[in-house]
Amino acid sequence: MMATRRRLLLLAPLGVAMAGGAGFYAMLRGMTAGTFDPRGVPSMLVGHRVPPFALPGLTDADLAAGTQPVVVNFFASWCVPCIEEAPALAMLHDAGATLYGIAYKDQASKTAAFLDRHGHPYARVAADAPGRVAIDWGVTGVPETYVIDKAGIVRWHFAGPLTPAQVDGAILPLLKRYA
Amino acid sequence: MKGLLLAICLLFASPAWAISDPAEALANPAQEARAVEVGRQLRCLVCQNESIEDSGADLARDLRRIVRQRVVAGDSDRRIVAWLVARYGNFVRLSPPLDPSTWLLWFSPLVALAGAGGAVLLARRRQAPAAAVPLDAAEQSRLRDLLQS
Repeated sequence: MMATRRRLLLLAPLGVAMAGGAGFYAMLRGMTAGTFDPRGVPSMLVGHRVPPFALPGLTDADLAAGTQPVVVNFFASWCVPCIEEAPALAMLHDAGATLYGIAYKDQASKTAAFLDRHGHPYARVAADAPGRVAIDWGVTGVPETYVIDKAGIVRWHFAGPLTPAQVDGAILPLLKRYA
Repeated sequence: MKGLLLAICLLFASPAWAISDPAEALANPAQEARAVEVGRQLRCLVCQNESIEDSGADLARDLRRIVRQRVVAGDSDRRIVAWLVARYGNFVRLSPPLDPSTWLLWFSPLVALAGAGGAVLLARRRQAPAAAVPLDAAEQSRLRDLLQS
């Protein structure tokens, strides 16, 4: 009786180490697959209505129009990772998704030149030159992407350049679910 | 992108850089002191390990400006922080609040202390010598026999 208890006590640290190892393994796998970002911060908007806003080109009413879910992408012509995510955005466009772009702290002419050069996947492009609406959305940097359902409720959020794997694995299934 | 921003932040993030632009400061010294006090509790979301008062990032400058606007408008410190938490979550606060999601964080030292205390008690109880029991009559007579022989 005493001996088995001693043995169990000796096994406890081993169990803790094994659980820790499994946790770290899952984190590393997520990091290589792009599903886990150690610097990522959950958005306060997920599950909530988008904050009221009116930008040249887009207002909160457009996002709650009730016709279809939309993907809103904050980007900028000066943002290098925004070039990196161009293939993923093109994929969304080709799949028939409605994609709205919000140019963050950018000049209209530079935005237009950027879209000419790297592809124009957006159904609409709005401009948030002061970056004030982005703060209401909790944007920490560009690119940042939100999936918004028909009623204007935010369902998904990602900070950083989108990958085709995320489009396939997360965004397209969500658009189908909230269609 | 975040790595690049971090690199840029680190490049410009010397203490001397902290709110070096005098045009940013409020004219009223008491209000400015309050704005600095609030800003020191708020995280720069680009650099992630600096307060917005210390950061040279664009977003930190925007947030400093918003904090100052709210100070001038007469908001309490608590309301200013709540305004930012509503947008960026508790992560924007440099010191995490005490709520169910942070219980483990705040109380883990107590848990460790209790665990160590329990282990010490257990070890001491095991080592404690058995209390002396007086010999009964039969044992005493046997002892006498042994000593005499």
